[in-house]
Amino acid sequence: MACLLAACAGRQSALDPQGLQSEQIQQTLFIFLAVAAAVWIAVVIVLALSMVRRKRLADQPLDLHQGFEERTGRVILGLGIATTVIVLGLSIVSYAGQRTVFAKDEHALTLKIIGHQWWWEVRYEDDSPHRSFVTANEIRIPTGRPVKVELETADVIHSFWVPSLTGKMDLITGQKNELQFTAKNAGVYRGQCAEFCGLQHAHMAFAVIALPPDEFARWRDHENQGASSPTDKLGKQGEALFRARGCALCHNISGTLAGGQFGPDLTHIGSRTTIAAGTLPNTPATLGAWIADPQHIKPGSLMPKMPLQSGELITIIHYLEQLK
Amino acid sequence: MSMAAEPRELRDDVLNGLQLSTQLERVWRTPSGFLGALMSVDHKVVGRRYIVTAFVFLLLGGILAVLMRIQLAGPEKTFLSADKYNQVFTMHGSTMMFLFAVPVMEAFAVYLVPLMVGTRNIAFPRLNAFSYWMFLFGGCFLWISFALNVGPDVGWFAYVPLSSLQYTPTKRPDVWAQMITFTEVAALAVSVEIIVTVFKQRAPGMTLDRIPLFVWAMLVTSFLVMFAMPSIMVASTSLILDRLVNTRFYDSSSGGHPLLWQHLFWFFGHPEVYIIFIPGTGMVSAILATFARRPVVGYPVVILSLIATGFLSFGLWVHHMFVTGLPQLGAGLFTASSMLIAVPSGLQIFCWLATLWDGRPVYRTPLLFVIGFVVIFVLGGLSGVMVASVPIDTQVHDTYFVVAHFHYVLIGGAVFPLIGAVYYWFPKIAGRMLSERLGRWNFWLAFIGFNVAFFPMHILGLIGMPRRVYTYTADMDWAHLNLLSSGGALIFALSFALLLVNVIYSLRKGELAGDNPWNASTLEWATASPPPPQNFDRIPVVKHRDPLWADNESLPVVAGLSAERREVLLTSLAEAEPQIREASPEPSIWPLLTAIATTVFFIGSIFTPWAVLWGTPPMAVALIGWFWPTGSKEDEE
Repeated sequence: MACLLAACAGRQSALDPQGLQSEQIQQTLFIFLAVAAAVWIAVVIVLALSMVRRKRLADQPLDLHQGFEERTGRVILGLGIATTVIVLGLSIVSYAGQRTVFAKDEHALTLKIIGHQWWWEVRYEDDSPHRSFVTANEIRIPTGRPVKVELETADVIHSFWVPSLTGKMDLITGQKNELQFTAKNAGVYRGQCAEFCGLQHAHMAFAVIALPPDEFARWRDHENQGASSPTDKLGKQGEALFRARGCALCHNISGTLAGGQFGPDLTHIGSRTTIAAGTLPNTPATLGAWIADPQHIKPGSLMPKMPLQSGELITIIHYLEQLK
Repeated sequence: MSMAAEPRELRDDVLNGLQLSTQLERVWRTPSGFLGALMSVDHKVVGRRYIVTAFVFLLLGGILAVLMRIQLAGPEKTFLSADKYNQVFTMHGSTMMFLFAVPVMEAFAVYLVPLMVGTRNIAFPRLNAFSYWMFLFGGCFLWISFALNVGPDVGWFAYVPLSSLQYTPTKRPDVWAQMITFTEVAALAVSVEIIVTVFKQRAPGMTLDRIPLFVWAMLVTSFLVMFAMPSIMVASTSLILDRLVNTRFYDSSSGGHPLLWQHLFWFFGHPEVYIIFIPGTGMVSAILATFARRPVVGYPVVILSLIATGFLSFGLWVHHMFVTGLPQLGAGLFTASSMLIAVPSGLQIFCWLATLWDGRPVYRTPLLFVIGFVVIFVLGGLSGVMVASVPIDTQVHDTYFVVAHFHYVLIGGAVFPLIGAVYYWFPKIAGRMLSERLGRWNFWLAFIGFNVAFFPMHILGLIGMPRRVYTYTADMDWAHLNLLSSGGALIFALSFALLLVNVIYSLRKGELAGDNPWNASTLEWATASPPPPQNFDRIPVVKHRDPLWADNESLPVVAGLSAERREVLLTSLAEAEPQIREASPEPSIWPLLTAIATTVFFIGSIFTPWAVLWGTPPMAVALIGWFWPTGSKEDEE
């Protein structure tokens, strides 16, 4: 049981709410759970009683007792009405919860999230272009402020789900959906694609990192700047190799000549906590393993295995690690 | 030629006893030999094949489930690759829904309904044979494709655009979509047969309020099939057209929309659940009456509940789409309509509990499975009420909570009654009893294994585990519960192995059953076990809802049907008054040939549109052969 409770307090759990919406949903869930448990227990008790109670003796199936039939008819009618009342009551509870969960705030911080097979593009958009930037698989938000995510997809249907903060919403081809949520506490909350989207649906996670507002503002200012140029010789070689070996065809690194738009933006890859959409922690070793053979770690991933000498690999990792 | 010159036809009123039996058997039997077996139009022969085939698919689908549970028993396992896993879970869902759950219920209906309403064969017996061949060929097509690594891998729901040519440029989704077409044809055919059999071929005196509850359930189910299946047929055909000839039904960049697929799919998909569950309730009612030793309480309530369930089931498909960004008020209304289905389901549960309360229960294996059904299904129904709520659904949708929910509803609501039904009707079909000792082991292993396998999934879903993932990372805290679930799945699988052992053992060594081993009340128990080809020597007359309990020793009969050619008695729809003697078709090879021609047409058409053109003449030839006048008496009239 203790193990069970420990498991509930996960970083991707509907039972450990850290946001206004997920708290509301948990409340609705518990009301439903209580009613459901009561009904189930009542049914099982009646079932058990009907099995143990003393029975008439003779095997005369058609020898029915008229009084019983009539009484039972009334009881069943009563229970039918009770079921209807419970069900309608629960519908109202549900709708009340739904209104709260989907309430909209005009002053929300707006982000755009675009699903790709199998990673998340995150766009922080602002009226002035120089304050807009793009990142991937990691969403930083301020605590206490409503966040609106606009959800779109570049290919098939995905579903955006951070159970600690709120319920999920699909990203549907040719349609714009949106979802609002507010994180109450600072922390790292894991999310994962919840709609089957092909081969690597299982490895399409992301993190929502809720920061205190001032810390968030600092992060945002930093993120607005392009990548800092490498200071050492190895780093400069890495930057050149990144272009020469084809990485830049797919990946963008703002402030450099690398401007590919097909794969995740890598401008500040060094400061992210995970790589390959939450598949591995971000360390030089895992990054190296990933670049050396993406198909081994995430078979079917659209990132090809690039022919690199081991020295080149080390150089590129060194460069990417500097992009903080 | 005057009519009087014809010699009077031999009727069953001038023959008696063994003489009558032998004569009718000669007229109704399936021709001997391999060719004869292929020509059979006997509903019992076809029904038996249907049941066995559906159980073979259950076995195959079950093996896939075990493979998935092995893969998920721990994090980042490599037992199955991502590609294989996606095929396996798609095949599991498609097999269980399209090749097991729906067909097996229809199979039992094909076998039992004509016996239960007291007629000699199902309506349109050749269509029935054709239906079986289509089901068999469709199932084989899917599984042979899977063996050739062309098994579908886009989920049993095949959402576009993932299943479109652009994102899955293989033949896999075509195989899936065309398998649907096969099973649709088979299911629609059976539905028509069941409806006509129930409406027009009931024994005299079996008025609407004397129809056995199982037959009522199958009647309602057949109507559901007729209204729900066309929706998936439209959906899958449009998908194939999009993929093969570049139509744009689901392409949002050309004015189509992917949500069109979801609406069409779930407009079928939700009634589908009731197409599986309602026959289960019919089985429960039949078993309960027999083993509680009294009729089910509230016969009209149960029937009205079935009909209400049927209607309501078409008004709640949207609850599968709560997270697609629908208008909030609309979604809220579908919450209410989805929960409302708890009312008719609840009423039936109350009636069954009251039956058990007042009855004198005899705890044999079928009743154990019914009790297991109540415990499991009620839990599944209640978790269904939870997922019907929009806010709760936004958390649990597409997670293991939903996997737990629908396995509680479908295994609890349909498979437990079904296994109970196997124990209950096996003596009628095979003439021998299944072992009671193995039966008890079977029940307890199934009950415990099922709950250990599926209950933890509720929690897994709530702590964040999505469905349809081939693995999960080690840091997710899901490993323990998954391991527990996998252990339960093995126990559950063992219970089915035990059922198989029991069936094989009892077919040879089982105790002889006799006509009515359970002392049950419905007409199928009024004939021999297994029933002779003609079902009944003389058509029974029904004067009571429970004819064998009311007229224990001497069931009244009518006579006057032909004894030298196949003939059934048609009766009126409401009162079941005799109306006319109707010829029933002879065995024929044409249904098989037509099914082969149709199969070539269907499979060919996923490779080239020309198959539609070149596939048509053979089908036309087969159908002409099928309907060629044979010079029988009916043709001359």
